[in-house]
Amino acid sequence: MTTQISAWKDLAKRMRCDILKMTSEANSGHPGGSLSCVEILITLFEHEMRMYDGIEDPRRDRFVFSKGHAVPAQYAYMLDKGILAREEIHSFRQQGSRLQGHPCKGKTPFTDFNPGSLGQGVSAATGMALGYKMKKADQRVYVLIGDGEAGEGIVWEAASAAVHYKLDNLTYIVDMNGVQLDGTTKDIMDLGDLHKRFEAIGFLVDEIDGHNFEELVEAFSHHEDGKPHVILAHTVKGKGVSFMEGNYAWHGKAPNAEQLAMALKEVEEA
Amino acid sequence: MSEKKLLATRAGYGQGLLDIGALYDDVVVLEGDLGAATGTAAFGKAYPERYVEAGIAEQNEVGMASGLAATGWVPFVTSFAIFTAGRACEIVRNAVAYNKMNVKLVGSHCGITPALDGGSHMCIEDIAWMKAIPGMVVLNPCDYNQTRLMVKKMYEYDGYAYMRTSREPVVCLTSMEDDIEIGKAQVLREGKDLTIAATGIMTTYAYETAEKLAEEGIECTVLNYHTIKPFDEETLLKYVGQTNNLLTVEEHNIIGGFGESCKSALFGKVGAIDYDYVAVDDKFGETGVRASLFPIYGLDNETIYRKAKALVK
Repeated sequence: MTTQISAWKDLAKRMRCDILKMTSEANSGHPGGSLSCVEILITLFEHEMRMYDGIEDPRRDRFVFSKGHAVPAQYAYMLDKGILAREEIHSFRQQGSRLQGHPCKGKTPFTDFNPGSLGQGVSAATGMALGYKMKKADQRVYVLIGDGEAGEGIVWEAASAAVHYKLDNLTYIVDMNGVQLDGTTKDIMDLGDLHKRFEAIGFLVDEIDGHNFEELVEAFSHHEDGKPHVILAHTVKGKGVSFMEGNYAWHGKAPNAEQLAMALKEVEEA
Repeated sequence: MSEKKLLATRAGYGQGLLDIGALYDDVVVLEGDLGAATGTAAFGKAYPERYVEAGIAEQNEVGMASGLAATGWVPFVTSFAIFTAGRACEIVRNAVAYNKMNVKLVGSHCGITPALDGGSHMCIEDIAWMKAIPGMVVLNPCDYNQTRLMVKKMYEYDGYAYMRTSREPVVCLTSMEDDIEIGKAQVLREGKDLTIAATGIMTTYAYETAEKLAEEGIECTVLNYHTIKPFDEETLLKYVGQTNNLLTVEEHNIIGGFGESCKSALFGKVGAIDYDYVAVDDKFGETGVRASLFPIYGLDNETIYRKAKALVK
């Protein structure tokens, strides 16, 4: 596990660099929320999800990137793994590209649902988990949610249904970076104690450091029959780049060439 | 042709679901706590393992249907039209249509015939909302039999589609033996004097009016547009080309409705014609029964008759 985690840490660095490079070159995109979910995605894709023969395998577990604006993190993963060709990094947010602004099935590989309109991925993922249950199929469904996104009412409609239908094949991961477009989630719309809220509905709840691989692996291993699982992963918006960390200005702004150079240096030297 | 027994299209929907439930084991019905009203409750009794109660949460009902479709089910999402097409409109647009999910959406209690529930539950905007979504098929069958048949057509159609149904019982104009096709208007009668294009349960009233006019020697073509999108331009052009006039009849707002689809289909393709609309004139409904509401909103047979007659030279 220690060797494994050391390799994941290197992968996280490479992904952070690619996130910064692609948003900078496109002069568009959402670096802050992409940088915050890197360790979550690595743990999911490299460890937790059963992928069998890869992304095209119909038996594999499903992933819905509900906070879809942070998809540069998934693109960075796919670039690293060769699912996307290295030169495609230059096509992010360009017309005709597979690297759409928000992932889009039929264009973007490894996309189980087109997110973008916040909250809907949570509802669709819940429907997928229900669909597999009804088919008595083995797949599990994972959905990555932003903490700002959790302001959408449909998230809570879906959460109730997940408990009502005892979807223990479903895991919500909330990227608790605490920052959204216009400010901190506390200032924009304080959602209160998400731990208590999910617990009150009937979820199995874990609350962890979302940058800590050991804690992520441990949390994903938890399961309770008949209960959906939520992992509240505390993260840092813009993680790895000091001038971006915790700063809402970097939610949806790309670094310029000079800022990129500074940011890459920090990530590489960390 | 017509049986005098009155039946609602929502009941035809319920029966249609039972028909396809027996034929296909991948049909799943989602309901938003209105099963007794929308016609889906019988399916729930017959196939409880394929009946998903979503509760009073229409946005998630539509979102979950998208997920169910992603796992190979063919979901029929049901609520009142105002909620399926209205409240959940953007979820339909993004989670279903933009995701190209094979989800069938059904909105019952359309138009102003939810009657006693009043204006909040009436839906005179669903055709406009749904037809504006890229690739959305919009269906509005005229009676019990046709709705029942249309459920099977919706299942067989590979893609997302919306169908509106009504609470108000109407006569059965059509037969279970009819060979209907999505996107192809049904010609109910042919006449040289006037073309009436109607949709939904209003077709049955338009047909009654045409029969009355026939007694006076005025012969009307009555076209039943059970499909509003894709729009059957060819049939409309053919008959309007013969009569040089058109009366459209619908239980929907005049803005964004079926009449507007007809008008844009004809624009630039025929010369000047006489036309008129029977539709709701951009106002909300209110509590009341059809017999008393329809004259106020200009949807009654008397208004159809008067407007039809005025178009015949």
